[in-house]
This record gives sequence, structure tokens and C-alpha cells, in this order.
Amino acid sequence: MNVRHPWLLLPALLLACQLQAATVKEGDLAPALNLPLLNTVNEEWISLESLRGKIVYLDFWASWCGPCRLSFPQLEALRQDFGAQGFEVLAVNVDEFEQDALEFLEQVAVSYPVVRDAAADSPAQFGILGMPTGFLLDRQGVVKLVHQGFKRSDGEKLRVKIVKLLEAPQ
Amino acid sequence: MIKVSGLVAMLTLLLCACETVEPWERGTLAKPEMQWETDIMESRLQGQVYTSKEAASGGSGAAGGGCGCN
Repeated sequence: MNVRHPWLLLPALLLACQLQAATVKEGDLAPALNLPLLNTVNEEWISLESLRGKIVYLDFWASWCGPCRLSFPQLEALRQDFGAQGFEVLAVNVDEFEQDALEFLEQVAVSYPVVRDAAADSPAQFGILGMPTGFLLDRQGVVKLVHQGFKRSDGEKLRVKIVKLLEAPQ
Repeated sequence: MIKVSGLVAMLTLLLCACETVEPWERGTLAKPEMQWETDIMESRLQGQVYTSKEAASGGSGAAGGGCGCN
């Protein structure tokens, strides 16, 4: 290819560098994730890989996000109801300051694991477009539902999906 | 031709400086002191009265049929 003005390619390359990673869609295999637990003294790490075999709701949240606050009690209820059957919630905190997340969790306590991504690499990797965004994964780690935002009625909709996945043959 | 392509290159370079705020980076923007209105209920009420008196709705997000009764 004969390029007359090769320097013209430079801005195009720079723009290409700014493009976001592709959004993870339903049917995609969830990208690998390994992050430190937020509310532990000794730094423990948890990975998505370690939850393989369970139905997982991967929830990206921040303390300043109103719908996130709404979602927590409902996700906790789902976890209480289906935890024994192989359902788990993994919440990924993306707050700028860890203290904000800890104060939030003091007000809205949950029993499911909450990890922290201080660098916010994982939300970029998953290509999330709003807060909160949840990814419901099947036992093989395949995304079955991408849930953006959270309304009061969403808990019931999630419940139906989770029951369906739990009843699906393994 | 070179002038035009140079201009395009310059503009594109300028565009490269544009940064988007990602959804997870909006913590500061979500703070109450960063809102246009200090009291959201008050602003909604004012919007309601305004659209009713103007006999028009839309733009501000508040609904109203013009009767001032909603």
C-alpha cells in the first residue's frame, strides 16, 4: 500500500488507543478476575475461577451510587435463599477511597464476598456502561444476563433467572 | 490537499485530548455539592409550577398538563 502521508496515521493510532474494551455480552465467557477481599484484616484474594461450578452474580458497585444501595438488600436476600443451592454474589467495589466503601458496608451489611478493584481495571475489562452493572454467570462462567442499573422490582426478575439457571442440567 | 489533511490531522490530535469520564469514575460528580440544585424536591416543585404556568411541559423533566393540579 502506498501511503502518501504516513504521519496522518498517527492521530488515528492515538484515537484507536483511546477506544474502550469491548463490552462483555450475554453468551460471552466472563473474563478472569482475581481481587482482594475488602472487609478482611489479612488480605485474602478471591477469583471468579474459584467460584466456577456456582451460579454467580458479579456486581460492580460504588458507595455513591443510589441504585447500588437499593440492590444490596435484595442481592443479600437472593444469596440467603439460594446460597445452599449453589448461588453466590461477588461484589466488586470501584470506589476511589476504600473508606467510603467500608462506611457503606457498615450501613448495609452483606454476607457475600466484597472485593475491591482500586485500579478499576475490571469494570473497563467488562466494558460496563453504568453503575451498578451485574453479570449473571452460569456454572461454566458464561454470561447469561447483563443487568444495568437497579430498580425495586429487579430483585424478583433476577430471582426468576437464578431459579432457571439453578434448575438447568449441569 | 496537504493543507486540508494537515488541518484534519491537527483536529484529530485535538480530539485525542478529549477524555470521557467512565461510569466508575463519577464518584465526585455524584456528590451533593456537585449538583446544580441543592434541594431536588424543591427544584421538582418549582419545575412543576413552572410547566403548569407556562402551559407547556418538557425540558426540565417535570410533567404537567397546564391546570396546575398535578
